[in-house]
Amino acid sequence: MSFAFRKAMPVFAVVALLLAGCEREKRDFHTASAGNPPGDSYQRNAYAVAQGKRLFGWMNCSGCHSHGGGGMGPALMDDRWIYGGKIQQIYRTIRDGRRNGMPAWKNRMTDEEIWQVAAFVRSMGRYVSKDVAPSRDDAMQSGKAESRRERTNVITWGPPP
Amino acid sequence: MLKENHFSRNRSGSFSLGRKGTTAMNLRSASVLIVISGLLALAAVSVSAADDENAQWVRPAKDFASTRYSPLTEITTSNANRLIPAFTFSTGLKHGHEAAPLVVNGTMYVVTPFPNFLYALDLTKPGAPLKWKFDPHPDPAAQGVACCDTVNRGAAYGDSKIVYNTLDGQTVAVDAVTGKEAWRAHLGDIKRGETITMAPLIADGKVLVGNSGGEFGVRGWIAALNLSDGSLAWKAFNTGPDKDVLIGSSFKPFYLQYRGKDMGVKSWPPGRWKYGGNVWGWISYDPALHLIYYGTGNPGPWNPDQRAGDNLWTTGIFARDVTTGQARWYYQWSPHDLYDHDGINESIILDIVWKGKPRKVLVHPERNGYVYILDRVTGEVLAAKPFVFINSSIRVDLKSGRLVPNPAKATGMGKTVYDICPTASGAKDWEPSAYSPRTGILYLPHANLCMDEESITANYIKGTPYVGANVRQKPGRGGNRGAFTAWDVLKQKIVWETKEPLPVWSGALVTAGDVVFYGTLDGWFKAVDAHNGKLLWRFKTESGIIGQPITYRGPDGHQYVAILSGIGGWIGSIVTNSLDPRDKTAALGMVNAMYDLPKLVRAGGRLYVFRLP
Repeated sequence: MSFAFRKAMPVFAVVALLLAGCEREKRDFHTASAGNPPGDSYQRNAYAVAQGKRLFGWMNCSGCHSHGGGGMGPALMDDRWIYGGKIQQIYRTIRDGRRNGMPAWKNRMTDEEIWQVAAFVRSMGRYVSKDVAPSRDDAMQSGKAESRRERTNVITWGPPP
Repeated sequence: MLKENHFSRNRSGSFSLGRKGTTAMNLRSASVLIVISGLLALAAVSVSAADDENAQWVRPAKDFASTRYSPLTEITTSNANRLIPAFTFSTGLKHGHEAAPLVVNGTMYVVTPFPNFLYALDLTKPGAPLKWKFDPHPDPAAQGVACCDTVNRGAAYGDSKIVYNTLDGQTVAVDAVTGKEAWRAHLGDIKRGETITMAPLIADGKVLVGNSGGEFGVRGWIAALNLSDGSLAWKAFNTGPDKDVLIGSSFKPFYLQYRGKDMGVKSWPPGRWKYGGNVWGWISYDPALHLIYYGTGNPGPWNPDQRAGDNLWTTGIFARDVTTGQARWYYQWSPHDLYDHDGINESIILDIVWKGKPRKVLVHPERNGYVYILDRVTGEVLAAKPFVFINSSIRVDLKSGRLVPNPAKATGMGKTVYDICPTASGAKDWEPSAYSPRTGILYLPHANLCMDEESITANYIKGTPYVGANVRQKPGRGGNRGAFTAWDVLKQKIVWETKEPLPVWSGALVTAGDVVFYGTLDGWFKAVDAHNGKLLWRFKTESGIIGQPITYRGPDGHQYVAILSGIGGWIGSIVTNSLDPRDKTAALGMVNAMYDLPKLVRAGGRLYVFRLP
């Protein structure tokens, strides 16, 4: 390996890091492609996740799923997934609905919006990276912010609330 | 304490109770004469038929007066400690079992939560084997629009049929002998979030049912179906123009604020009246007055700033002619509801002497924390006293009939209000109380919870929740999350109270043996002394109890007590729906108060029947 190449190594690393950072801040102004596989780019994008969080409240998702803990609908912040927990599976659940009560949203949200909500749902159990998950809430505090949550779900029944 | 009780049957066939005791009150007023009017239905029936009636349990509330009082006396305060299981029966389902079993002609009928099976058990054979099972095949999508678990509160018997409702908005009638479907009526539209969870009441040859969906912006109604074929006799909405509400010339409300044309439209912002006033609780019936009484649910959304005005006819009570459905009077427990205080709790029909005069009343322990006494002929409020700590309101003004709200605890847009007592689920939710004419006491299962609530903008999207609130619930004063309270109806005060660590979410039952039965969320089924609350006996069931206890005389001539165990409902959804307590707002804040329930109980429905050895 040449000296010049070795000298350039840190530069490559920095460039690679910058590129990864760029993806976090990336804005897609055309929505033809949802990535490869479709959807993965959304869950690496803080803007998409933040938009998903806004839509999650606005479209009444929180009416059934609360802020991830569930209610009429199942919890979304834990590690149990009835219809699969990959973003593509979540997207399909939102788009087409499920027979035990999940309504279909394909006529109420755009494809882009559904991917954004799916990306936010992934962040609820912190299945997205820490810097992409939302770190604050505009509403009354329901618990730790998405970015501060642990992926493990050990419930210890600690002291009363 | 009462020393002596005298029971007699008066000429009309109803029970009268004259108390002859040594208490100061009895000496002061010889007025204590209480008649259970619901038994007036038996007026023309022979005594043996009445005895037969008492051996059975044909509707969840036992009688039209909704007393949940049984005259059976084999089980008493001195032998209840010897109760043993007679048989059990697993429903095979894991959601909340809120129903009361029925007992008719040697058969027990059990309605389950979704998918709403109806089981018939043969009580004449050892172990009560299954005779048949009826499956109404409700639409599974209904599970997604059931606000508070996929519960069902029971069936009713009449004209050789068992009639009950399915979660997807149907009323079905099943032949009580063969288990074959007699008819079904499709009443609710789950695409709008309209489900049915209540137990129907059969009266005057009609099946009375109402809809759930207060958290989905569903417009509430009550309907009367003809028992013979399920055809619609009448249907009355609880919001909107008078013609929809069946308000006509016979509507004579006691208070001024309910008078005027189309108040169900005018007491809302323009066009906003189509949301709320559902009927998912209890209906009582006075055959002599020919009136039914039922409460109406919350207005939608919870966020009060989206619906300025009194929001008639939500969170109140209607008296209606059972034959025509025409409204006779109305009273509003919580004008412009700020806290989801549905007014659907049970109303117990009593005839009492009030301030020296005989009055036909109904007694109603309300979600907002007061026990009301209303004149059931006119709708006048005679009394309203708190049975729990309340800070959401100050009092009930008996002159205007209006609840006086506490401005410091008023919810509204852009603010979070802390420590509101009672919670959205109420001082007492749907779980019905029992009344004993022997003690004059109402036995109240209830909660002791408070909440923080933030109002946010609710968007109406058909078939999705229309709430607009973030809620955190938590234990109330003293830390005990529930209590079982004995309330002296005439003195309007607590006689005794048993603090329970968890909210009490089961119904109550009281017998002429002066034994009171109720269950706890951690699965204990308890028998206590009606006079002092002393624990006589308890049995640990496999799951938590949110059902309604009943008692009957079996084909062998002995008294039995039955209860469904099976955690769920709003209170137990953390277990049945595996909710995550790291989100304090889960299940509209209930999960925060019930965070430890998954440690205490597992889901699973099972019927337990007890007897003396």
